[in-house]
Amino acid sequence: MSAAFAYTLLRPEAPCPAGLKTWNGSDPAQRFAVYRNNVIVSLVDALADSFPVVQALVGEDFFRAMAAEFARGTPPRSPVLAWYGTGFADFVADFPPAAGLPYLADVARLEWLRVEAWHAADADPLPLAEMAARLADAAALPALRLTLHPSLRVLRSAHPVVSLWAAHQAEDVSAALGAVDFADAEAALVVRDGLDVDILRIEAGAAEFVDKLLRGAALGEAAQASGPFDLPATLGMLLRSGAIIEAAPARRIS
Amino acid sequence: MTSANMNRPIRGGAAAPAALPARGGVGLKPEHFRHILETQPDIGFFEVHAENYMGAGGPFHRYLERIRADYPLSIHGVGLSIGGEDPLDEDHLDRLAALLARYQPESFSEHLAWSSHGGAFFNDLLPAPWHASTLARVCAHIDRVQERLGRHMLLENPATYVEFEVSTMAESDFIAEVVKRTGCGLLLDVNNAYVSCINHHRDVRAYLRALPLAAVGEIHLAGHAREVDAAGAPLLIDSHGAPVAEAVWALYDFALSLVGPQPTLIERDNDIPEFPVLAAEAHQAEIVMARHAKLEAAA
Repeated sequence: MSAAFAYTLLRPEAPCPAGLKTWNGSDPAQRFAVYRNNVIVSLVDALADSFPVVQALVGEDFFRAMAAEFARGTPPRSPVLAWYGTGFADFVADFPPAAGLPYLADVARLEWLRVEAWHAADADPLPLAEMAARLADAAALPALRLTLHPSLRVLRSAHPVVSLWAAHQAEDVSAALGAVDFADAEAALVVRDGLDVDILRIEAGAAEFVDKLLRGAALGEAAQASGPFDLPATLGMLLRSGAIIEAAPARRIS
Repeated sequence: MTSANMNRPIRGGAAAPAALPARGGVGLKPEHFRHILETQPDIGFFEVHAENYMGAGGPFHRYLERIRADYPLSIHGVGLSIGGEDPLDEDHLDRLAALLARYQPESFSEHLAWSSHGGAFFNDLLPAPWHASTLARVCAHIDRVQERLGRHMLLENPATYVEFEVSTMAESDFIAEVVKRTGCGLLLDVNNAYVSCINHHRDVRAYLRALPLAAVGEIHLAGHAREVDAAGAPLLIDSHGAPVAEAVWALYDFALSLVGPQPTLIERDNDIPEFPVLAAEAHQAEIVMARHAKLEAAA
């Protein structure tokens, strides 16, 4: 029974499943449509919650049609809807009607990182005094390995994703959007600081650097292997965001 | 939890946690987190959807921890798919067990419905036929849930829009049999009872009387939307997007005449108003409860 029901829920063109009845003999299809509508509306609503800037960029009608198509092809695999949307950015990238907005998929990627950061595990930052003590020995700095906050993510984009996102947080969204240079490439640092998720624009080299730190590289190694960036400024930003949880010398490989 | 069979031991179970108070409660919404912490409203309890608190950390947990410290808590699952043909999702059951261990809620409840099939999750409470094989499956699932969580759960009666030709049992008899076999309690959703009985042209008072009322551990009240079916007959939708309807308040009054005052939740999941609007509905439930408490005392 559930198989036929389930199959039909996601296919608007499929006929109502057999074996349903109504007390007054009315066509059960109209009643079944309530379920079909509930499923798609609730999944689209979940995606709209996670991707508000994508929705604002394309408009509600376009977004809901795009999200419904995603939901029909890729229903959630888990009842935890906060995790629903992992593949949405890739879907957007390949969604032909959105081809004229080449930045849209990366905005979706950024918003997904924000969702991940929102729900990531909690961790207390290293107190500033302790951090200062560990940074005091300049000679030991390159071998220092940082443990970063579980919410920390970086994204490098060929599009001005941070400016587009930030414009939608502004009082006057259209004025802020008007100031965005669509030729800019931008990198983002996403981190939960207290109860809010911050999205900060960083240099592409800084994003590379943080990415390497996240993969376990020591400070010196990560800095050397990244493109040009302002190391002290980047470390300062990580500190101010409460993103540094631990700093300890890397184990020496003998 | 007044039912005699709630005392049936659960293998591996811990001592039964304290029950929810027989007061008005409100479904906890992120929109109201700050208001509740700042004003400490006089509310009997809060209820959360389990699946909204399954992230590792972050603001939802931070707020829930603080609110839970001040109020009794009910955790209400919407994703176990107890009525489903798939085996129970053991990973999900593990997450529920961890959530219950973390917050120690006074009550855990789930739905007599299915929401997953073939590994896909539909995020809706879908109907099942009332017959022997659904009964066996639902009871096996509830047995497993209660064993894994080490506690009794409350099972909520559904709101449905269609019926199945293959059904052989009345819904109320089906629920009574599940309660008898598994020892679970009943979360009596008065709005669902009203919605289903209008949609299927049943006598709602007879339906309520036929339920295993001794097992009621909580009541839900919510708003519904009104549509029509293909023949123009009323089709009510369990929308949780409006105030509790007059007819549902009247049915609540009738239900309390059968079961006495019970922890009563105001559910609102769509078009969420300011918190005081929901608090006023919870207060309204307490006024009805107080009248029935007086009647009981006088009897």
